[in-house]
Amino acid sequence: MEVNVEIAKSLGLLEEEYNKIISTLGRIPTFTELSIYSVMWSEHCSYKNSIAELKKLPRSGGKLLVSAGEENAGLIDIGDGLAVAFKIESHNHPSAVEPFQGAATGVGGILRDIFTMGARPVAALNSLRFGNITKKSESDSKEITERSKFLFEKVVEGIGHYGNCFGVPTISGEVYFEECYQDNPLVNAMAVGIVKHDETATAAASGTGNPVFIVGSSTGKDGIHGATFASEEISEESESKRPNVQVGDPFTEKLLLEATLEIIKSGIVVGIQDMGAAGITCSTSEMSAKGNCGMKINLNDVPLRDSNMSAFEIMLSESQERMLVVVKKGEENKAIQIFKKWDLNCVQIGEVIDEPNVKIYFDDELVADIPAKSLVLGGDAPVYIREKKIPEYLNEKNNFDFDKISLPDSFNITLLKLLSSPNITNKNWVYRQYDTQVRTNTIVLPGCDSSVIRIKGTDKALAMKVDCNSKYVYLNPYKGGMIAVSECARNVVCSGGKPLGITNCLNFGNPYNPEVYYQFSEALRGMGDACKKFDTPVTGGNVSFYNQSKDYAVFPTPTIGIIGLIENIKNIKTSYFKNEGDIIILIGNQNSNELGGSEYINHLHNLVTGDAPDIDLEFETNLQNTLLELINADLINSAHDVSDGGLSVALAECSVMNREKLLGCEVNINLKFRKDAEYFGETQSRVIISCNKNSVKKIFETADKFSMNAEQIGIVTGDRIKINNDIDLDVNDIYTKYYHSLETVMNS
Amino acid sequence: MIAKVGVVVFPGSNCDHDAYYVCKNLINVDTKFLWHKDTSIEDRNIIIIPGGFSYGDYLRCGAIARFSGIMPEVIRFANNGGIVIGICNGFQILCEAGLLPGALLRNNNLKFVCDTVSLKVENNKSIFTGLYDIKEDIKIPIAHGEGNFYCDENVHTDLLSKNQILFRYNNNPNGSLDDIAGIQNEKRNVMGMMPHPERASDITLGLTDGYKLFKSVVESVV
Repeated sequence: MEVNVEIAKSLGLLEEEYNKIISTLGRIPTFTELSIYSVMWSEHCSYKNSIAELKKLPRSGGKLLVSAGEENAGLIDIGDGLAVAFKIESHNHPSAVEPFQGAATGVGGILRDIFTMGARPVAALNSLRFGNITKKSESDSKEITERSKFLFEKVVEGIGHYGNCFGVPTISGEVYFEECYQDNPLVNAMAVGIVKHDETATAAASGTGNPVFIVGSSTGKDGIHGATFASEEISEESESKRPNVQVGDPFTEKLLLEATLEIIKSGIVVGIQDMGAAGITCSTSEMSAKGNCGMKINLNDVPLRDSNMSAFEIMLSESQERMLVVVKKGEENKAIQIFKKWDLNCVQIGEVIDEPNVKIYFDDELVADIPAKSLVLGGDAPVYIREKKIPEYLNEKNNFDFDKISLPDSFNITLLKLLSSPNITNKNWVYRQYDTQVRTNTIVLPGCDSSVIRIKGTDKALAMKVDCNSKYVYLNPYKGGMIAVSECARNVVCSGGKPLGITNCLNFGNPYNPEVYYQFSEALRGMGDACKKFDTPVTGGNVSFYNQSKDYAVFPTPTIGIIGLIENIKNIKTSYFKNEGDIIILIGNQNSNELGGSEYINHLHNLVTGDAPDIDLEFETNLQNTLLELINADLINSAHDVSDGGLSVALAECSVMNREKLLGCEVNINLKFRKDAEYFGETQSRVIISCNKNSVKKIFETADKFSMNAEQIGIVTGDRIKINNDIDLDVNDIYTKYYHSLETVMNS
Repeated sequence: MIAKVGVVVFPGSNCDHDAYYVCKNLINVDTKFLWHKDTSIEDRNIIIIPGGFSYGDYLRCGAIARFSGIMPEVIRFANNGGIVIGICNGFQILCEAGLLPGALLRNNNLKFVCDTVSLKVENNKSIFTGLYDIKEDIKIPIAHGEGNFYCDENVHTDLLSKNQILFRYNNNPNGSLDDIAGIQNEKRNVMGMMPHPERASDITLGLTDGYKLFKSVVESVV
């Protein structure tokens, strides 16, 4: 096929990028080469529109062993000779057109990123967003809500299918529903693994003459150009891209896991990388570039599912459950035996060469001959600094006059409505479909502030959470970015974990839209400031642009995944009230006069407006340190972050979160501001704790030491939730709304 | 005689380590993994077929695993009175292998379900349940998509008349016939159950009602 600029454009390259390829190679590329550049320089692989901003995030410090971008996933030291590997990634576009497989392969991809590091996956998490599943406004037709329910149902099934079969507990997550995600749902999957320091593997190739193996599944025609698909907007034509979506096989992945850990442990692996986006292309070029070497690859040796495949199809296939492994020369048989034991392919397809180029042969012809470094991030892949512009909507939204919103007639009814809002109500309908306990490590199941797994053979445990309130980021990208990290950190702190580091999945609209790019840049600035303050470096993650449909973008959604270390399992805390007669204390920010971005305004008035709540990072740090000290001194019985739905929803959750033991409360709040802001506003940096009467004095002393506000607001008692003279509800009614609302919507 | 446990590992088993951990670290008995390609169960006198998705549960749960290399040996062992425990996928495999009657269909709501459920001990005269009280209510987690026990009327009559039902669900989560959660064979040396006792054996995780099952079996070997 003759190659020209038009063909380059049809593959998604810009004219300037096409010219750059010609000058790099000193000639016109072959079609296979052009295809390779088009995927490697796609946003998905090259981060060309985001890397300049990403560099503003703190990528070192803390207990980081391997930093962002260096390996398949970041690695953090947790003592006892162990490290934790964790990462989050998006699978948004595949899930939009084929929700079951799209979500399933999202889980598969992120698990491979973890076990290619040598780490055994110990937990999976996910963050999901869809359009409205209940009618919120006139524009929510039955067709639209049913479609969103369909996507939601199939995505959950896909995640469950893959994780359950693979044998990793899916222990935490979040689900939100907003109109802006209607055509473009967000499916972010996170995985966490544990590895001994001396059993980690690298993704760099090295050693001239070392054999290069492809292992795992055979290569088929699925997922060709998946990376390019991820780097464009969803449109009417996207449905036709369904063949670009890969099909997952969790059974093969489970075998690949065991074989991979076994070969890494055997000490014969030089380098190993998962084949995700852009398959053989990406793994050969990235491993070569990282190791300052090249590779000679013969595509005729690649095991195929379909004998009728061309060179570029083999190069770009995104067939799942495959890895590229460079093994020490002379150890070929050992490698083959290990994979044979697990009934998996292990075929040598080339070798490491002492040249800077990746050389691809097919039918004895050299079909691609490209300098590895010219393809990759950090090499010659393009880097763009995009134009930013303050979004027009911001001024109007931020200056919204909440006096226009009248107080609700009944706070009882409002609270029950909020507890049944799909965004707040308990997500048991979702996590009952996930195996949350396989591997018998899960101590705190989904539903609490964060979920906790123990580490067998130690006294330690890990608290983990994914979180992002995208309404805040939409209303104030900088503050929203800070809050996303702060809230996530606060959640693991409430469980007793000290935050170690974060991974992020940055879901935004089209970066060529200056308003979207402003959101991106500002959200990152906020995240970066928070991460620096908490000493939680960013260990890696992924950027997903082009999340939009028709003429609007999704809310900017920088999903944060966080890991917290609990040194002793004795110090694990849960969110719910424990004993009749315990004292309830509200600790933290007392300026509770904020309604902006709240779920109360969203759910009852169908408005996402105002400014995001304020956040003071110094204050937040003190709050978290106070809580950790209280927990480690065994002074409190529960801790729960005040978030979506405000103080009254948080108190209701504390009352019913332990389904075995519902406990009411009597609370008196010293009202300073309008009542709906006091009860339902989402002012940041607040936590509800409960404690034994005898601990109250010590708790106030500890709070004082950190200059932290603490206020005794009530007592755990009876079977009703009473707040001032405004709210008085039976815990059983709260229970019903909180646990059955989502199920009712999904079964209707 | 002392108890020697063998946990069979099929490709796709994923509760193998959990069963191993309980036997080895909590009950403190000699425990070993047995590879599905092996053709001997060595010196083991208790065999556990663990949960998971053997062979991906492709075709039908347990349908491929029953043809695995080690299964003729397990069947021979069982037919000679050897103790075999099938948990979740292991229960499905034992039904497919003909060591236990009945079959496990898809849950009646067609969804995978993971939860902690309440069971009633219906028979405490078996080697598997000897340490429980009769009609004791116990809490054990479940995690399955195909746990809906089914058998024909004749088999059901037999199960009842021969006291083969070991556990019933107090709130049936999957549509199982007669709320059946676990059964034993007529010779009382092979049992299968959908709930996971190995997930309820460690105080650190909160539930301990499963511990007595493993302890009962181990103590029965004397």
